[in-house]
Amino acid sequence: MMVKHFINLEWKSAFRAPNLGKSIGVKIFMGFLGLWLLLTFLGAGMILYPGLKKIFPDKDPLLLVNSFLFYWVLGDLIFRFFFQKLPVMSVKPLLVLPIKRSKVVNYVLRKSSLSFFNFLPLFLIIPFGVTLITKDYPVNSVLVWMLALAIITQINNFLNYIIESFSSKADLSFLPLVALSGILFGLNHFNIISFGEIISDGVNAIYKSPIFIIAPILILIIIYLVNFKILRKKLFLDGTLKNKAEAVNTSDLEWTKNFGEVGPFMRLDIKLIWRNKRTKSTVWIMVLGLLYGLFIYTNPGMSGKTPFYIFVGVFSTGIFLMNFGQFVPAWDSSYYKLLMSQNIKYEKYLKSKFTLMTFSVIILFVLGIPYVYFGWKVLFAHFAAAIYNIGVNTHVILWGGSYNRKKINLDQKAAFNYQGTGAVQWLIGIPLLLLPMGIFTGFYFLTGFEASCLIIMVMGVLGVVFHQKIMLFITGKYLDSKYKMIDAFDQDN
Amino acid sequence: MITTNNLSKKYSGTQVLSIESLEIPKGQSFGLVGNNGAGKTTYFSLLLDLIEPTTGHIINNEIQVNKSEDWKPFTSAFIDESFLIGYLTAEEYFYFIGELRDQNKADIDKLVGQFEDFFHGEILGQKKYLRDLSKGNQKKVGIVAALIGNPEVIILDEPFANLDPTTQIRLKRIIKDLAEKQRTTVLISSHDLMHVTDVCERIVVLEKGKVVKDLKTSEATLKELETHFAETSVE
Repeated sequence: MMVKHFINLEWKSAFRAPNLGKSIGVKIFMGFLGLWLLLTFLGAGMILYPGLKKIFPDKDPLLLVNSFLFYWVLGDLIFRFFFQKLPVMSVKPLLVLPIKRSKVVNYVLRKSSLSFFNFLPLFLIIPFGVTLITKDYPVNSVLVWMLALAIITQINNFLNYIIESFSSKADLSFLPLVALSGILFGLNHFNIISFGEIISDGVNAIYKSPIFIIAPILILIIIYLVNFKILRKKLFLDGTLKNKAEAVNTSDLEWTKNFGEVGPFMRLDIKLIWRNKRTKSTVWIMVLGLLYGLFIYTNPGMSGKTPFYIFVGVFSTGIFLMNFGQFVPAWDSSYYKLLMSQNIKYEKYLKSKFTLMTFSVIILFVLGIPYVYFGWKVLFAHFAAAIYNIGVNTHVILWGGSYNRKKINLDQKAAFNYQGTGAVQWLIGIPLLLLPMGIFTGFYFLTGFEASCLIIMVMGVLGVVFHQKIMLFITGKYLDSKYKMIDAFDQDN
Repeated sequence: MITTNNLSKKYSGTQVLSIESLEIPKGQSFGLVGNNGAGKTTYFSLLLDLIEPTTGHIINNEIQVNKSEDWKPFTSAFIDESFLIGYLTAEEYFYFIGELRDQNKADIDKLVGQFEDFFHGEILGQKKYLRDLSKGNQKKVGIVAALIGNPEVIILDEPFANLDPTTQIRLKRIIKDLAEKQRTTVLISSHDLMHVTDVCERIVVLEKGKVVKDLKTSEATLKELETHFAETSVE
């Protein structure tokens, strides 16, 4: 009975959301993505048996699959951690109503077990199982095997929530998971504790004597109960009301005084970045971006592929620009009305964002100078990319920001929390990276490396030269959408 | 000081505000009362150019607010928590607003120092971010921040709500002083008829977006307002 009400509530919250139109757009996109994934898995499931038979003619495909289960479990967990979120329900209004807490918790948990991520593996497992049956494997055993894998999927589902609930408080929420899976993988890889064998032996045993299916079922029940306990505890109001007043670190940031009129905003932005979880994660992502070149340049296949130098250059010097810039002005959404009614010129506000991004590019370029180890061409390309970032990409991303209509709730944790991300923001990432790379490639074949680097640089310099004019245009764009932004940032959804 | 002409605001066909003309002279303490949905916050938002008027305009000290931004230097407001920056401490917030209004740190310290008893020792030197303060304390910060930089027009939406009785009394003193001694035009809205009649020289009653009463405050005003609202039928 209660479940009917819950579903009804969620339906209304989804369809009465203020930004319904946009979220439908995103949903359709996600739908296509999901469909594509399902089809891929389905296809993989169908060719898995003949494929394995062809590559390893003298091995039993089923045993092979079982021996890889460990990696699947691990990969699945990581994948889920980043993309699957526990279904949220606004429970606060429900707490004072005569509804048992356990009902709410059970509903949320059960709903999660119907997640897309749990059905996806079935599209691989079922066709593979069916193939097994047609190849005269014992029907009962195969069915039990399929059931066992479905249960493992569910175990992963609930395990993920336990991991998430533990890591959600940390700044670097993904670190514990990465560490844990790294350790598990390492132990397995160096044969210290062979989880791969344990899991594969276990599943083989279930296949042989179905009675062992009890084991995964028990694990599933235990994990479900643990989840239940964690969630139930969270359902008490003091969990959310508790004042976790953090220690305040005040600093004057005197050096920003040198920026004159832009100074106050710079100070505000630096505090914004450093004092909020959401923004702090952009700093950590910056480190990842800086190291990105190592993945590319150490790859022998990449040496000499100069267009990738530009790509890496734009990416690694511009990672902060892209991460921070794409949410201008949404970062300030929770106090946007203040900014709009205060004694502020829009132009200065935007100028401060521009200055901050420019500095990040310069700093990231300087930090990236050691890439010269991979050849002077790499450094030269990075230099060209940095100038391009300053002259072109900063402007483009600020311009894109004038289409920003989604509030960001700063308190929410989040690397990979896509709140505040609209379709427009992702679109803007493409020209930022691919355009310079495309231009470079085009000229590379016509003129060679140095000349095409110069062309990228000239584009950047042009952007710097016409900075005032461009900013005037961008400011106009922001002014045009002022009312729309204020209204959108006022909505909580 | 503030002239409203033919102002109206419609949301998808529904008229939420319609004021033919309203003149607020300089130095007046002006109170806006009305039931929920009467259009008080809408009017203030229009004054601050946070929403677009459907027709008409507001002129603030000879500047049409939806055409030019030049009203900003002499106008300040506290409407709701979205005027606070959650990740700053109270002091940092005051300094930030001060910088926007060309006040140096000493000016701010002096101004804020006057409100020590208003803050009741719960705001300054607390080493707490604004987001961690209680609703009432947040409101105090917002109200005081609206006084920074000697603005000529101050707009406060529901300033008495969420405040404790002691603070309400102190706030009344502050608002009275502003209008009487400093010739500041103060616009407040409130659901509390008593407070509003205490503080304001003039009270305008809004009903479904229209001005239905425009009273100069006197002994009889509270009675009149109470009778009016007791008789207003709620649909």
